[in-house]
Amino acid sequence: MSELADHKATETTESFSVLERQKSVAETHGIPVAVLLELTHRCPLQCPYCSNPLELDRGSTELTTEEWKKVLSELAEIGVLQVHFSGGEPTARKDLAELVKHANDAGLYTNLITSAVLLTREKLKDLGDAGLCHVQISFQGNEPVVADRVAGLRDSHRKKLEVAKWTRELDLPLTVNAVMHRQNLHQLGDIIQMAVDLDADRLEVANVQYYGWALKNRAALMPTLQQIEETSRLVEEAQVKLKGRLTIDYVLPDYYALRPKKCMGGWGRQFFNISPAGKVLPCHAAESITGLEFESVRSNHSIAWIWQNSDAFNRYRGTGWMKEPCKTCEFREIDFGGCRCQAFALTGDAANTDPACTLSPLHETIFKQAEQEAAGEQNRFLYRNFAGGTPEAGGDHGA
Amino acid sequence: MATPRHITVSEASRPVLPRHTRLKFDETRKVWVILAPERVLAPDEIAVEVLQLCDGVRSVADMVEQLAAKYAAPREAIATDVVAMLQDLADKGFLTEAREKTS
Repeated sequence: MSELADHKATETTESFSVLERQKSVAETHGIPVAVLLELTHRCPLQCPYCSNPLELDRGSTELTTEEWKKVLSELAEIGVLQVHFSGGEPTARKDLAELVKHANDAGLYTNLITSAVLLTREKLKDLGDAGLCHVQISFQGNEPVVADRVAGLRDSHRKKLEVAKWTRELDLPLTVNAVMHRQNLHQLGDIIQMAVDLDADRLEVANVQYYGWALKNRAALMPTLQQIEETSRLVEEAQVKLKGRLTIDYVLPDYYALRPKKCMGGWGRQFFNISPAGKVLPCHAAESITGLEFESVRSNHSIAWIWQNSDAFNRYRGTGWMKEPCKTCEFREIDFGGCRCQAFALTGDAANTDPACTLSPLHETIFKQAEQEAAGEQNRFLYRNFAGGTPEAGGDHGA
Repeated sequence: MATPRHITVSEASRPVLPRHTRLKFDETRKVWVILAPERVLAPDEIAVEVLQLCDGVRSVADMVEQLAAKYAAPREAIATDVVAMLQDLADKGFLTEAREKTS
């Protein structure tokens, strides 16, 4: 979900500008407009590319209802405008409607990012009544064979379709979130059609980003260059054809880009998230970087203080921390050296250039390796769970 | 029934912000913002004034009259600007039209 902070809207007309792009906001590291709240790491799905850390927060460590309410009030007070309720599976929290209502009363725009499988029509209606503004449902494919296998949960696809229908029946706006990889990219055309048929407002086509669980599963997920080219073509065509009916946002896999992504809009510049246990993080994968200490909302510090002053946020903020080739690179304030978590995962030092960048000395090696993996036959998943992952049962899984 | 999707803005339209967007004044940054899923837009002053008139009851023609009178400007020029601005917003999914419920 790194795309959350990117606010990919590139359109800027005379009458409307995208808020983050305004100079005054971009130059300072003012309080972000949107914050991701990971209410829990519990989830009935076991997707092999889960964006949660490998070490998941146990249910017993989660913030209480009262603690989350305090967080929500504080966020609204310091100028946050939108909150995304995410997880894990946020609907696994019994207090979700109560939290949505609290956020709504505080003036926050509320978005639910869900796998949908735990929702009933009644629960969804309660969330709508509590003031929920928008529902985002993840899909793993366009039909149950691929989708249920990727999710590691039987009957999940049928359930998702049902909840998506209820969402529109209740007149709640819907985003279909499709996470794409080698083993489901052939379904993209049908997924676009599915989003239209479900009367979705938005479709997010997000290629897997490879850290944490996805990095462990890279050999089974990495798309081929040919697949990516076909994907870009399909998306561009659909964007034109469906203009005004379905907004399609597209996240390219950075392994096949020449320049690294401006991850999180730059570390500590426009995004933070709060983990189930209350850690305030510069990105949802930040805990994978060892040696960084993250402050908690349970500490004596305010969220605004943590954002402005904590060591973890300041460590890679701006450009002062950079080494070569980033340090003197003309793009250093455009991409901020790419993704710190990816740099750490692939090079062992978060201050190195993200190897997704062609200027990284490791770029070629890693790209070659990914290319080989993409062409390989290793299709078995390691499913995400609290036990550290479970390998998919044997058998032949053709891509 | 779900709200209708794509609209073509004309003077007869009675536009309204869809339920998933919100126009509000951001006290921290002292700007008007439109909140929508994964996006925050900052409309300029004129756009804010027009959007505040978009209540699903008023027609675009009514808005144009009102603005033309207020700014003592030629009606035609205002109409062109307002329709173009609203259409742009509709194309991005930030504007819809009030319609009779059909269910």
